[in-house]
Amino acid sequence: MANFETPALREYPIIPLIQAETMAHSKPYVAKPEHQKPLGFPGTLVDNWESVAVKKLGELVEESRALRVFLDTCVKCGSCTDKCHYYLGTSDPKNMPVARQDLLRSVYRRYYTLSGKLFPKLVGARDMTKDVLDEWYSYFHQCSQCRRCSVFCPYGIDTAEVSMAARDIMDAVGLGQKYSNEIIAKVHTIGNNLGLPQPALRNTLDGLEEDVKDETGVDVKFPLDEKGAEVLLITPSADFFAEPHIDGLIGYAKVFHQAGISWTMSSHASEAANFSMFIGSHENLHKVAIRIREAALDLGVKRIVVGECGHAWRVAYAFWNTLIGPFDFLDRNYPIPQHICEFTYDLIQRGALTLDKSANDDKIVTYHDSCNVARATRMGSMPGGQFVIPRAVIKAVVNKFHDMEPGSIHESTFCCGGGGGLLTDDLMEIRVKGAQPRMQALKHVVDDHGVNYLAAICAICKTQFAKVLPYYQYPMDMIGSVHGLVSKAIQLGTKE
Amino acid sequence: MSALTITYAVLFYVATAVLVGGVAYKVYVYASTPAPLKIPTTPAPTTRLGVAGRMLREVTVFESLFKSNKWIWLFGILFHFALLLVLLQHLRYFTQPVWGWVVLEQPFGIYAGFIMVAGLLGLWARRFLVDRVRYISSLSDHLMLALLVAIAFSGLAMKFVIHTDIISLKQFFLGLLAFQLQPLPADPILLVHLALVATLMIVFPMSKLLHAPGVFFSPTRNQVDNPREHRHVAGWSASINNPGGR
Ligand code: HEM
Ligand code: SF4
Ligand code: SF4
Repeated sequence: MANFETPALREYPIIPLIQAETMAHSKPYVAKPEHQKPLGFPGTLVDNWESVAVKKLGELVEESRALRVFLDTCVKCGSCTDKCHYYLGTSDPKNMPVARQDLLRSVYRRYYTLSGKLFPKLVGARDMTKDVLDEWYSYFHQCSQCRRCSVFCPYGIDTAEVSMAARDIMDAVGLGQKYSNEIIAKVHTIGNNLGLPQPALRNTLDGLEEDVKDETGVDVKFPLDEKGAEVLLITPSADFFAEPHIDGLIGYAKVFHQAGISWTMSSHASEAANFSMFIGSHENLHKVAIRIREAALDLGVKRIVVGECGHAWRVAYAFWNTLIGPFDFLDRNYPIPQHICEFTYDLIQRGALTLDKSANDDKIVTYHDSCNVARATRMGSMPGGQFVIPRAVIKAVVNKFHDMEPGSIHESTFCCGGGGGLLTDDLMEIRVKGAQPRMQALKHVVDDHGVNYLAAICAICKTQFAKVLPYYQYPMDMIGSVHGLVSKAIQLGTKE
Repeated sequence: MSALTITYAVLFYVATAVLVGGVAYKVYVYASTPAPLKIPTTPAPTTRLGVAGRMLREVTVFESLFKSNKWIWLFGILFHFALLLVLLQHLRYFTQPVWGWVVLEQPFGIYAGFIMVAGLLGLWARRFLVDRVRYISSLSDHLMLALLVAIAFSGLAMKFVIHTDIISLKQFFLGLLAFQLQPLPADPILLVHLALVATLMIVFPMSKLLHAPGVFFSPTRNQVDNPREHRHVAGWSASINNPGGR
């Protein structure tokens, strides 16, 4: 299938011995000027890139306490070294979180600390050279910003923050990553990652209405741009036609339908994803997110619900209020924003949905906690609700559920391998290898319990698994949406 | 007064100034650098009190480290708690009369030195034996451990092998506190011990030892998980001004 070997799945997790530079060749395509310019970045590598990079680094440290503290406080204890799925899957020591941070820390020390200015060799400080830049480009695009390292660091050092900063610097010197920047440019110009304009979107939704009508005999609406609806649904555009995402969207629509809550999507804000987070650009983060505020105001909705997407939920849950708040025009009786799983869970609690679990009896289900949901957000009012609520929704719609092993779920969950802007074919090798720890945990529940359905609530996870499962000899359709399960179980026509 | 006494007096004034001034400066910089976005590593406490609890657990029982790696945790806890006891025990050289609880702590403090060495050697061994840790260790990481081990050994040597003139030493330090010079015993091991300690104090604010004040400022650990309930703004995010709404 490819010119690299898929890692083996083992009986017990092992920590590999380091093998230097095994992934040094991994590099995503470089953004072209047309991908860079709409984001406000130079089109190609600027002449004085060394000084621009160093200056930008200084600015970022000035404006982020996290970055400053993280760069100073690491004691090289080694606690994070075996926590990154990319290290576990590749054995490349530069994929150990602390080593990844050091790629940038070494430059920070050289230019911004006394010890690094006086004794560079002693403290591992390096000049900003082309080799360093190339190394950044390679290894900061081998971090899915999943935050697993941050959980296990005694100071909470989050390598995701460091890789966001590194990418921000690389963009500032004109060395951007094509995949992320091209997508962000599309959102700026068209409104979603896929570049799907309003008529195409309406067309797709009409098709879905027909499909659901054929399947259930019920007129379930997929409203777009409907003023005065109660709820604005913001969902990743992959939900509009990618498999298995689309089953999730159908599930949301059925839930809204049965609950009798009016809702709409927006063609102006037809995208929950915000890849600007991956590249650490707060200007773009704001610019992409503000469409949602505009849409909510324009449509006059009272609530915002967010569909199944990991990083989008992080941006929505943790950043929206800051970026595009205050939400004083929305109904304060509901969480702002609310996750679709919280929404469905509340309805289940109130008995508002008629669910037949046996509709999913052909499935033995396990659940993949998506990194951003697990380690950067919450659902419900209790810490850890992000683990409880999706599982409660699943258990309300299926009879057979088995969790994967403890070190691979909840806050210790392993990334799917494709997050953080790595979901592109030019990074296939790192994606497959980085999925090894997740696949290994999956194998154990497949072997022990016959699990045949991997449920997830993230558009990236779904696409990634559909792609990498076959590398590990599992069928691609094993991955599915949580609301795909809801969709199967919900009995329409019973509550009208 | 001997040149030696004057040299060490100056050394300790400088070291103290660098330590206190340096750490105060760093704390000021950390405190005044904005945290524009909410980034706690979740699940995180949803109240300030909860965050205080999380932080307390991080700095007393190294909670995250415990979850991660029992060996580092064990050696780390041994080293740090022993260090704490040793430091407290050293208060007896700076207080007259010695505070009651310092006297009570004395029996523990005496053996803490050995435990500290054990913890340090455990941590140092990892830097050679575990290939991943070997890879990430730079010269300064080894030197830091060497410095601490050397301080511990020279201290233990004075306690258990060649005693030094503790009474005069205490006079010297009490003198420094009162800005009066008292003669320092010219005892080689003592001089080495003191020089190393002064070195540690000087490197503290410009090295990874900043983890001690730094941990309290780590946003992933010290932020309250309430972004939906309270609009958080700081730094660049404070200048966001969105149109519309009420
Ligand atoms: C708030 C107080 C402090 C906290 C919470 C703290 C916590 C930690 C933790 C969790 C580690 C990683 C585990 C380990 O390697 O031991 C560590 C390492 C270390 N700490 Fe501290 N520490 C504190 C104060 C200090 C002080 C005052 C020193 C002074 C000398 C110190 C010296 C070290 C050294 C040298 C290491 C690295 C050990 C190695 O090389 O493996 N710490 N600290
Ligand atoms: S954030 Fe995730 S991908 Fe990045 S270094 Fe940490 S564990 Fe690895
Ligand atoms: S766990 Fe934290 S302090 Fe330890 S090496 Fe990793 S980043 Fe550094």
